[in-house]
Amino acid sequence: MIDKVVANADEAVRDIPDNAVLMLGGFGLSGIPENCLAALLRKGVKGLTCISNNAGVDDFGIGLLLKTRQVKKMISSYVGENAEFERQLLTGELEVDLIPQGTLAERIRAGGAGIPAFFTPAGYGTEVAEGKEVREFHGKMYLMEHWLRADFSLVKAWKGDTTGNLIYRGTSRNFNPMMAAAGKITIAEVEELVPVGELDPNQIHTPGIYVQRIFQGKNYEKRIEQKTITKI
Amino acid sequence: MLDKTGIAKRIAQEVKDGMYINLGIGIPTLVANYIPANLNVVLQSENGLLGIGPFPTEDKVDADFINAGKQTITMMPGSSLFSSAESFAMIRGGNIHLTILGAMEVSETGDIANWKVPGKMVKGMGGAMDLVASANHIIVAMQHCSKEGASKLLKKCTLPITGLNCVKKIVTDLAVLDVLPKGGFKLLERAPGVTVEQIKNATEGKLIIEGDIPEIRI
Repeated sequence: MIDKVVANADEAVRDIPDNAVLMLGGFGLSGIPENCLAALLRKGVKGLTCISNNAGVDDFGIGLLLKTRQVKKMISSYVGENAEFERQLLTGELEVDLIPQGTLAERIRAGGAGIPAFFTPAGYGTEVAEGKEVREFHGKMYLMEHWLRADFSLVKAWKGDTTGNLIYRGTSRNFNPMMAAAGKITIAEVEELVPVGELDPNQIHTPGIYVQRIFQGKNYEKRIEQKTITKI
Repeated sequence: MLDKTGIAKRIAQEVKDGMYINLGIGIPTLVANYIPANLNVVLQSENGLLGIGPFPTEDKVDADFINAGKQTITMMPGSSLFSSAESFAMIRGGNIHLTILGAMEVSETGDIANWKVPGKMVKGMGGAMDLVASANHIIVAMQHCSKEGASKLLKKCTLPITGLNCVKKIVTDLAVLDVLPKGGFKLLERAPGVTVEQIKNATEGKLIIEGDIPEIRI
């Protein structure tokens, strides 16, 4: 099997240039590529376009790259919970493209699947529809939406093998599988890297064909945005 | 008048056995607490879970298990996990029987506005536009009027809309109303201690009143 292992996050992101278009997995802070984000911060690469459902919080996730002004544009569905984001948006330092969450997920899926455009009912009649082709199918109105693809996709999985097969855990799967398929270069960081043959092929979520580089992540913080508990 | 818990309890009466349901953030989340225990329903979280369970006990908190409001959760027996693309495929495909969400405004033709207030911070629509465009049945939980006393049940929404002609039923602090397919808010029930006259005064859009209007029972 083709070995795709790199030593660490810094080696994995070594050739990400300024002004690159990136996809970053995660929903809220769950399933975000923590190690790659830290490496981008160290590398200081600038002018990034980040396609990610959310923009992290002030001091974690993509919020870290916003603070250092490394992000030029965000393409997201929901960007609350981030005061620095709000400041940069209001001063015009940051471009933002807000997209309905299902449309965002499907545009990324389409990018990975080689479907350049599709029709969805989400956003018809709203400001999201401005400038888009509208068509009626079976009596209902739909908007044409285009695929999204990225120069680099940064995804996080629970387990992966050396040839790039990935398994996610819980709701940290979210956008990661579609992004893995939609990146020209997909970098996967995993909590546990295992030799080929150890993962059950029946359980693979992302086949290794989509992954170009994989490494064993370390020091996962896995921060929780809203800890809600049942008291006994 | 109903408080937030009262609104949630009344909406819970609309839940039927066998339903797959998506609950929005805020009052809709509270509905889960009042669904009768004898009903078998499945709650969907659009970040990739069917079968939301209660919040975890302190020792079971796990960052890999959150709901769409980013709160830590558990899973019910029989749950399934999937990607965001799969999640919205099942939403767009019409498989969710009931969507309950909050609103800032609803129009008499069932338009809903709940994602943006121009001039204030724009946080984004999240999954709301996808949900309202494809749900079979949408119930809105909201306050009938703003803090300043202005009606939120309007002829036409003034805020940027989330979806057109989609809201079927509304439960407010004052009343339960259906949005008729041909337009208009049909008054079904009034909150305890609230008169039909009060509801008339609080509703800017076309209000349809037929016969005696019973009080909400919760």
